[in-house]
Amino acid sequence: MGKRREPDGLEPVAGNGLLNRRLFLERALAAGAGGAALSVSAANAEPLTVPKWTLEPGASFNPYGKPSKFEDKVVRQFAPPANPATQGVGSSRTPHHLLDGMITPNSLHFERSHGGVPDIDPAQHKILIHGLVKRPLTFTIESLMRYPMTSRISFIECGGNSGGLSAAQPAVLNVQGIHGLLSCAEWTGVKLSTLLDEAGIDPAAKWILAEGADSQSVSRSIPLAKALDDVIVCLFQNGERIRPENGYPVRLLVPGYSGNMNIKWLRRIKLVSAPVMTKDETSKYTILLPTGKAWQFVLPLEVKSMITRPSPGINLGGQGYHEISGLAWSGNGKITKVEVSADGGKSWAPAALQEPILSKAVTRFRAPWNWNGGPAVLQSRATDDTGMVQPSRAQIIAERGLRGQYHFNAIQSWAVDEKGVLANVHA
Amino acid sequence: MFTPERSLLVAGFMLVANLAVAADGPGLGQPITAADLAPWDISVGPDGVGLPSGKGTVQQGEAVYAAKCQACHGEKGAGRPNDVLVGGQGSLPGDKPALKTVGSFWPYPTTFFDYVRRAMPWNEPKSLTSDEIYAVSAYIFNLNGIIKADEVMDAQTLPKVQMPNRDGFTPFPRTAKVD
Ligand code: HEC
Repeated sequence: MGKRREPDGLEPVAGNGLLNRRLFLERALAAGAGGAALSVSAANAEPLTVPKWTLEPGASFNPYGKPSKFEDKVVRQFAPPANPATQGVGSSRTPHHLLDGMITPNSLHFERSHGGVPDIDPAQHKILIHGLVKRPLTFTIESLMRYPMTSRISFIECGGNSGGLSAAQPAVLNVQGIHGLLSCAEWTGVKLSTLLDEAGIDPAAKWILAEGADSQSVSRSIPLAKALDDVIVCLFQNGERIRPENGYPVRLLVPGYSGNMNIKWLRRIKLVSAPVMTKDETSKYTILLPTGKAWQFVLPLEVKSMITRPSPGINLGGQGYHEISGLAWSGNGKITKVEVSADGGKSWAPAALQEPILSKAVTRFRAPWNWNGGPAVLQSRATDDTGMVQPSRAQIIAERGLRGQYHFNAIQSWAVDEKGVLANVHA
Repeated sequence: MFTPERSLLVAGFMLVANLAVAADGPGLGQPITAADLAPWDISVGPDGVGLPSGKGTVQQGEAVYAAKCQACHGEKGAGRPNDVLVGGQGSLPGDKPALKTVGSFWPYPTTFFDYVRRAMPWNEPKSLTSDEIYAVSAYIFNLNGIIKADEVMDAQTLPKVQMPNRDGFTPFPRTAKVD
């Protein structure tokens, strides 16, 4: 460093070029000294011309909008099922490297289904509430539409998300391939507690069984205390009726809990005294430990984050200023802190957290970075308001080995080479 | 799990409730009798409540399996293209890949009945008779060495089957207590 003091915010705050997040928090990056200090000097721009779309009328209205044709690479990604006879078993993933903000557009919300997407006529669909209740009741969709509604921005994350990080060798995958089974939407519907109260809860009830109307009738046991706390019987997703692949006409939102519990195509809720021990809470979505025992009812998704840009496929265009941006979330509450590292975790700089910061929703974080053109390993580490800090991959392996499969919330590492190309690494 | 958020909500709700003692919904649920809801009440918990009448033998199950399951789960449950249903006992501890099957991993026999009744065969779910489900349960349990070749599965015997990994599960230590 020479005698001249760097303009405010431009002094590195952690190794390998991480800058002060005050660049975002307190002032815009000034076009003057600040901008000049980071940009690689560029030649003059080409003279401007007036393009044809400014010289002729554009297209007319259309009833249901679509993205620009130039954005046709922004799509969900999915692999064919192991058995060609069972199309519809599996998942499709959200392209987080191509998105920004906190809301996942409905057409790009991840999908996970076990028996294909059912084609449900809402006029014929009902939900049933029975078991340990005073009065078993059925509700039509039309009647649910007359109940008081509530909206909540919430993430849903498949319990199997990020399983790619438990491969022994780093998988050649991007953020979509590793972390794409997470999405965040505004969900609107009726509080489940309202409907349970109407049916009259028997004091012997401790759990509910929630079941879908799909061919597999996917079913999960949920603690009654959670059902009465913040579970929503959802009819709307980001303002419009829920998409078929996400549970049309009605699904459960179980905020912060393992994705599979957010039962889609909801048809039945049975109040019971003990868990039903369904296939998806015994054979699947349990975490096998090195001892041979398995953790069961691993309900909340613990604190986690990922850098979405830059990331594999979204490489660095050149030396100098770059924004590191990503998402952080916790099934236990709000994100209070995200730190980023450019030197593989040797030093950390706090990232700016973008409002709104909501419990059990994703929080967008941003950190300014001055890339010097050399190798780097980018990481992010989130902390939530219970004080829980996102673990390293080594910490997770020490706790549960590599066979756990589910709820893998380790810190993600992206290596940057001299060409500015990013890749998934284990660091 | 009684979060601060919820207590605030409850406090707010009680205020409103003082002003107008009304249900917090229009009360549009339609009552339904136990008999009328029975076609949807297909879940079976570990106590066996909900198991239907009917019965099946290992031998009958072999025939059901060959006709309705083998194409996807392989000969004698060996798997491929879909899940392996037999074997893997002893493979759970350690750090080598575990073979988690009905025989090595599933803690309750009722889960098998519940799941097959709702979901299998994948291409024709809910098509098997109760006798066929009891029979194919007997067959898979027998292939796993859990029941003898002459045992019959029905609503009384099936819940009593002792699965080898019955005590293989522990609650997740960091989940708020859920019981
Ligand atoms: C058309 C192919 C197909 C047929 C036929 C079929 N299955 Fe399946 N089975 C599957 C698929 C696919 C899955 C995984 C479903 C999922 O991902 O949720 C599965 C899962 C299972 C599982 C869960 C395995 C585990 O360890 O979690 C059991 C048990 C099972 N099937 C039993 C049967 C039985 C019994 C039959 C015959 C009555 C049968 N299946 C017929 C495709 C099939």
